Amino acid sequence: MFQFIFRRLSLVIPTFLGITLLTFTLIRLIPGDPIEVMAGERGVSAERHAELSAQLGFDKPLYVQYYHYVTGVLQGDLGNSLITREPVMKEFLTLFPATIELAFCAAIFAILIGLPAGIFAAVKRGTVIDHSVMTFSLTGYSMPIFWWALLLMLVFSVNLGWTPVSGRIDVVYWIDDVTGFMLIDSLLSGEEGAFASAVSHLILPSIVLGTIPMAVIARMTRSSMLEVLSEDYIRTARAKGIAPWRVIVIHALRNALIPVITVIGLQVGILLSGAILTETVFAWPGIGKWLIESIGRRDYPVVQGGILIVACIIIVVNLLVDITYGIVNPRIRHSR
Amino acid sequence: MKKGLAKLTLALMAAGAISTSAHAATTLVYCSEGSPEGFNPAFYTAGTTFDATSKNMFNRLVEFKLGTTETEPGLATSYDVSSDGLEYTFHLRKGVKFHTSKDFTPTRDFNADDVIFTFDRQGNKDNPYHAVSGGSYEYFTGMGMDTLIKKIEKIDDYTVKFILTKPEAPFIANLAMDFASIFSKEQADAYMKAGTPEKLDIDPVATGPFQKVQYQKDSLIRYTAFKDYWQGKAKIDRLVFSITPDASVRYAKLKAGECDVMPYPNPADLKQMEADPNINLMSQEGLNVGYLAFNTQKKPFTDVRVRQALSLATDKSAIIDAVFQGAGKAAKNPIPPTMWSYNKNVVDYPYDPVKAKKLLAEAGYPDGFSTNIWAMPVQRPYNPNARRMAEIMQEDWSKIGVKAEIVSYEWGEYLNRSKKGEHDTVLLGWTGDNGDPDNFLYVLLGCDAVGGSNRAQWCNEEFNNLLLKAKQTSDKAERTKDYEEAQVVFKREAPWITIAHSVVYEPIRKEVKGYKIDPLGGHYFYNVSK
Repeated sequence: MFQFIFRRLSLVIPTFLGITLLTFTLIRLIPGDPIEVMAGERGVSAERHAELSAQLGFDKPLYVQYYHYVTGVLQGDLGNSLITREPVMKEFLTLFPATIELAFCAAIFAILIGLPAGIFAAVKRGTVIDHSVMTFSLTGYSMPIFWWALLLMLVFSVNLGWTPVSGRIDVVYWIDDVTGFMLIDSLLSGEEGAFASAVSHLILPSIVLGTIPMAVIARMTRSSMLEVLSEDYIRTARAKGIAPWRVIVIHALRNALIPVITVIGLQVGILLSGAILTETVFAWPGIGKWLIESIGRRDYPVVQGGILIVACIIIVVNLLVDITYGIVNPRIRHSR
Repeated sequence: MKKGLAKLTLALMAAGAISTSAHAATTLVYCSEGSPEGFNPAFYTAGTTFDATSKNMFNRLVEFKLGTTETEPGLATSYDVSSDGLEYTFHLRKGVKFHTSKDFTPTRDFNADDVIFTFDRQGNKDNPYHAVSGGSYEYFTGMGMDTLIKKIEKIDDYTVKFILTKPEAPFIANLAMDFASIFSKEQADAYMKAGTPEKLDIDPVATGPFQKVQYQKDSLIRYTAFKDYWQGKAKIDRLVFSITPDASVRYAKLKAGECDVMPYPNPADLKQMEADPNINLMSQEGLNVGYLAFNTQKKPFTDVRVRQALSLATDKSAIIDAVFQGAGKAAKNPIPPTMWSYNKNVVDYPYDPVKAKKLLAEAGYPDGFSTNIWAMPVQRPYNPNARRMAEIMQEDWSKIGVKAEIVSYEWGEYLNRSKKGEHDTVLLGWTGDNGDPDNFLYVLLGCDAVGGSNRAQWCNEEFNNLLLKAKQTSDKAERTKDYEEAQVVFKREAPWITIAHSVVYEPIRKEVKGYKIDPLGGHYFYNVSK
């Protein structure tokens, strides 16, 4: 097992270097000088421009800038944002809990609905139930998120008043930032109603963000289950007179789960890297919105550092998925 | 028994009173459009940052009178100007208290040291605070304060003298700007001593009506009313900025009662807002101008007749309808009508393609010519859709034989290239900083600004001399006369097609009282009640 993890880890280093090089180059390939963008219509004089360039280190040749960047990264320094002047790592850590919280709830929603729906559709293959589950998931998969979010918001928040429109908690609660997770902080605050308010603020964003993963999970579970259900050993199990639910849950599902776990893993990785649209619509202070705004402002250090961290998260999540395979299916663990 | 009942009732009433007083704190929620870049307004140029900092937390020596572009006393009760216009002596207000923050409690009131520290930090490279937190003071240098202020002298604790290098009438208006917000020197010294000077820019104490309690990045900013504010405590107890970048979502929040005031609505939502009984849709002409600048150093725009012809060929009313959806007003002068010295008597070029064609023929282009129109890639208050605007102009111009190609670049690139004059004609605009006409005319059309913010690359001696003259006298009547005359010269020479001044809309909840739109684009909440 350790050898397996070690092998996987050794692949991480070149990936990591590749990412630093890629983000560093790509953000600089987009036309637009950060100093000009900062100054806007007002503009800066040529002298001031040169002064600021020197201050920010943009006057040095690109390879020197890259060298400084990589040596910084190796020492754990991702640089400071050009706009807020705060360390990139600090900004990331401030915003990441909000992203994790939302990703977690969205993933729960997606799995709780998607997995049973997929199993159900596979078992009832060809029936009306199967077709409706599939139509439903295809609709979910192709839903334009922005529109979906605004639609839910208008119906449930504005017209029915069931859920709040946006934000993380009602403004009447002045919650101290302890962990950054609103669900936990609101409980810690001891204020009556704060936790319920935090939960109600999570409902719509989680549904919106969880819609596509839910659809993907449902479809993947269905097709994987169908394949397994047609295997000989399932027929054998049925012939032996094992209870139908046991056949499905114990014999079929466990074997059908491998591709589903892959999909869930990939989806969680994507969710954790920040949901740009959902975060923007629900004014959710997470890293997706942070990154996209930084690209617009040509905030080089934030884009480079932020993408690097996000890439690391995806690498780690993938690694965890691989390890989970090993647990679910010992054959993978032992194969070379 | 009766006694016991009475006691119980009393106890219940008291409990009721306690719980209501805890909830009775009036909170005003402002759904702001973005996060502040930081909490030191001297570092930044964005209005979003100023709303969260200078407008509600800080004071300046002079302030803009709310709802106007005129100045009034702030932390200085009065000032004297020497006859040569080089010395400004400010008499400071006594008994002004600073806020208290988590790790700093002021021991003294505001005084001359704070004023000197605020400006010395920005202008003096040897000030120990100059380089702290990156130390770039864009507005201070952008407004030329670094070269204008020669020296600042402390006469006594409540008198400060600014000595200038040249007479500059807009100086007072500059001091009302956000970068001139007064910091506490005592706090600065304390943080320097503790080895954490950068904390001054994260958690500054100030003298304004609200003090910051908490900032949750990209989410919320919480303020409480400062009870010792020198003008008296604000009417609301708590102020919350709920950061909501999307305009449709801001509107949804306003409708649901989750915010009380929202800036920058979608033009498409205005009709619905007007009809909503819970919403009061306020509006005012913005202190801005959207224009098309001809590159007057490039042929054929070197010829004034060509510029006039294209001005005549452009149908502004069609642009106002299509691009601004009514939320704009046709512009004839480079300064907006709410600004002093606006010349009402200037006659704009009417829409007259026949006359335009004739003028073009006189200039030697009977069959027109080929050119380009640069359209901005971003939405701005003075131009909500530059691409659409360019298309309308393209069609108008084609009627007199001028074939225009529409060009666009990424925003930073667009600004940079147009500064260098790579365009034939370029769409751009301006939002005023300090309400002084100089801030439009000299900044955008002065000879010094050629190769910079003067996108027409236009240097007209007659025009420029009028502006220079107006800069050097502090007599407002005289300045007004010069600026009025300059606007006549501008119209005749037509370096720009002045297109529109946008109308600023601000929907607020009906229960919000006392809110005023600031023509300079800020959002102030001191006078608001709920």
